[in-house]
Amino acid sequence: MFRIQRENLPGLYAAIAAESDLFLPVKAAGKTNYALWSPECQPDLDTLKTVKSPKDVFFPQSENLYTCQRDAGKLSVTPEKHRDTPFVVLGMKACDVRAVAVLDKVFLSAPVDTYYAARREMGTIVSLACGKPEASCFCGTFGIDCAAPEGDVATWLTEDFLYWNPQSEKGTALTGKLTALLEPCGEETVAREKDGIHAICQRLPLKELSLSNWGAEAARKNFDSPIWEELYHPCLACGTCTFVCPTCQCYDIKDFDTGSGVQRYRCWDSCMYSDFTMMAAGNNRTSQMQRFRQRFMHKLAYFPANYDGMFSCVGCGRCVDKCPSHLNIVKVIKAFEKEGK
Amino acid sequence: MQEMIQRAKALLESGQVSRVLGWKKGETEFDVEPAFFDTAESLDGLFYNAFCGANLSKYLIEAGKKEGKTLVFLKPCDSYSYNQLLREHRVEREKAYIIGIGCKGKLTVNKIPFDGILSVQGADYPDYSENLTVETLYGTKHISYKEAMLERCHVCKGKEHVVYDELLGESQDTVDAERFAQVTALEAMAPEERFAFFQAELSKCIRCNACRNVCPACSCRKCVFDSTAFDSAQKANTTSFEEKMFHVIRAFHVAGRCTDCGECSRVCPQGIPLHLFNRKFIKDINTIYGDYQAGADLESKAPLTSFRTDDAEPGVGRG
Amino acid sequence: MPVNENWKPTIVAFCCNWCSYAGADLAGSSRLSYPADVKIIKVPCSCRVNPMFILRAFEKGADGVILCGCHPGDCHYSTGNYYARRRMTLLFSMLDYLGVESGRTRVEWVSAAEGVKFSETMNSFVEKVHGLGPCVRLGDLRCKK
Repeated sequence: MFRIQRENLPGLYAAIAAESDLFLPVKAAGKTNYALWSPECQPDLDTLKTVKSPKDVFFPQSENLYTCQRDAGKLSVTPEKHRDTPFVVLGMKACDVRAVAVLDKVFLSAPVDTYYAARREMGTIVSLACGKPEASCFCGTFGIDCAAPEGDVATWLTEDFLYWNPQSEKGTALTGKLTALLEPCGEETVAREKDGIHAICQRLPLKELSLSNWGAEAARKNFDSPIWEELYHPCLACGTCTFVCPTCQCYDIKDFDTGSGVQRYRCWDSCMYSDFTMMAAGNNRTSQMQRFRQRFMHKLAYFPANYDGMFSCVGCGRCVDKCPSHLNIVKVIKAFEKEGK
Repeated sequence: MQEMIQRAKALLESGQVSRVLGWKKGETEFDVEPAFFDTAESLDGLFYNAFCGANLSKYLIEAGKKEGKTLVFLKPCDSYSYNQLLREHRVEREKAYIIGIGCKGKLTVNKIPFDGILSVQGADYPDYSENLTVETLYGTKHISYKEAMLERCHVCKGKEHVVYDELLGESQDTVDAERFAQVTALEAMAPEERFAFFQAELSKCIRCNACRNVCPACSCRKCVFDSTAFDSAQKANTTSFEEKMFHVIRAFHVAGRCTDCGECSRVCPQGIPLHLFNRKFIKDINTIYGDYQAGADLESKAPLTSFRTDDAEPGVGRG
Repeated sequence: MPVNENWKPTIVAFCCNWCSYAGADLAGSSRLSYPADVKIIKVPCSCRVNPMFILRAFEKGADGVILCGCHPGDCHYSTGNYYARRRMTLLFSMLDYLGVESGRTRVEWVSAAEGVKFSETMNSFVEKVHGLGPCVRLGDLRCKK
């Protein structure tokens, strides 16, 4: 266990950034989101939830796959290079770190997504425990302990110090480069912090949320339930929930005409959109109720069915905070809880 | 609120309306969802308080396609949006029974800057309190009603409903700011400063399209941003062009039709002040073509589908 | 912003078929010169110009965009240019508000007999845009080679 005084954190960031790109929560224009560190930026480790999750660092909202260029009659095709420079993402909460494990299941199983794999290889995750959980948090429902996050290095922020504990080889390697700034220390303060966080978690309004009606078997059971017709009406089909969600992983592949060539890129897609999985003939989902149902069945039934019972929701609560119509996965889980009784 | 429930039940049971569009309460006072009610029993769940900021008029486009009338509760600002939809023939007047509900300003939890909010007391209708008590996981806090109010309520257009079948409840004026003050302040800045301001705000955009989907003026069956023929990516925000152009293009598409209902700014997850685009167009229209409030009535000529032979030349007064 | 004297701006001119395009033709046959940087796009009427065309021109690398049409009152289709005038007034004001210098956009009414006016307008517009330098605020980076 190590620690560093809070006022020395800018030095820590500079030291990390000297060797590799550093991504951390940054306050800009009133909101906190993950961004590349620069000496002028305003790091913000006190805001619990960033608007957009950090999944961008491993799965960017849009990325180029290859470029076709026409030069004097000759056509050249240049694929994008895979990431080959290291980076560190700091400040990830336990829910967001678990979300990376969810994305790993999808992108790292055969056939491997090499762009994603390269970023995972190059990335070191420094997670941060949640000093002040929010009322909309429910990571405990998915077996996540926000007081002891996974990650290559786990950190805890107190009033005066940031406590730093390497948890993997990558974490130890990173710590090795920062020994000048980190002082070794005992484990007592962090143990007390963890207890304090657990006590707050006991008071969270969503701590009793139960997944008893969900899981791999629910795929057949809940699909035809009339509850979906009752729930979906206010849904605006906007896509906010999918874009702030740390586990949503659907993407679209498109071409852009640059004038002198074509860039093929992929970008996040949303199952809420009317053209999601739209095909030339015979669309499988034509109503918003079907799309609404699809999203939650995926998170709570299909994903566990495909990946050994792992849910693809991590209880971060961003959809609870951001949906313009106040619809969210908690309401879906609760509606089915009632049905099960 | 009991009055609302009783009136809705009466209209539903008499067969005058086939369904009711209002709100229902979720877990907390600020978790309120627009909801349809089909039975008199379910109407016991009808809810209305200071957090009911959602503009229900847009849901009437779809509701109008169903059998029978829909009873809808519209706040004064929502009624302008309904009138605008009527002008554009997106809804039929006979398909809606409108109860103009009273409003004393609406709140948003986004303006309450405390961690761990569990509940907000003092937002009940019609007895709002000037100071709200906020229970949080980390202690009890207080905030004034005005501080937690939606931006649009500070520049409220007025408490008169412009279209309704009956009125219910009292309203109260909440204006305490000048409508075009922020636009004027921006216009006074140098171009580089303006650009830097908009760049900083718009680079937060995640292209979630919540603003477009909630906007009552945006009701095209096939949106230009959903068209695969449209070159610029409608989902990705890869370049600075897309970050800015989506918002400007959308603002232009609704120019002259935007009633300034403020929903776009309310729903933006990144808190981008989208109303600054729409109000710029409205200010220009008012200054150059005469005061015009979209949705105020059904007869006046819309500014972009009419003209005068002596209109000002573009760029008059510019460098 | 210091501008390389040799840099040439890219100007896109939307010209209506009946008046301003004919005016451009007249400028040509009268041997009146105007910069070759001006790319003319012929439209049937100035009213055809969708604001997205203007924005798309900037996206693809234009440094200035000018709309030319018949004089108000003389539109070949009677009223098209009246609508265009309103549209462009609002659009250009919005672009200015965004921080795109107002000198980069202009509307000019040029009749079929005004070859001289066409060439003078283009000359002065190109000079103005040249003074402002390349437009960096609206371009789509993917369109730069």
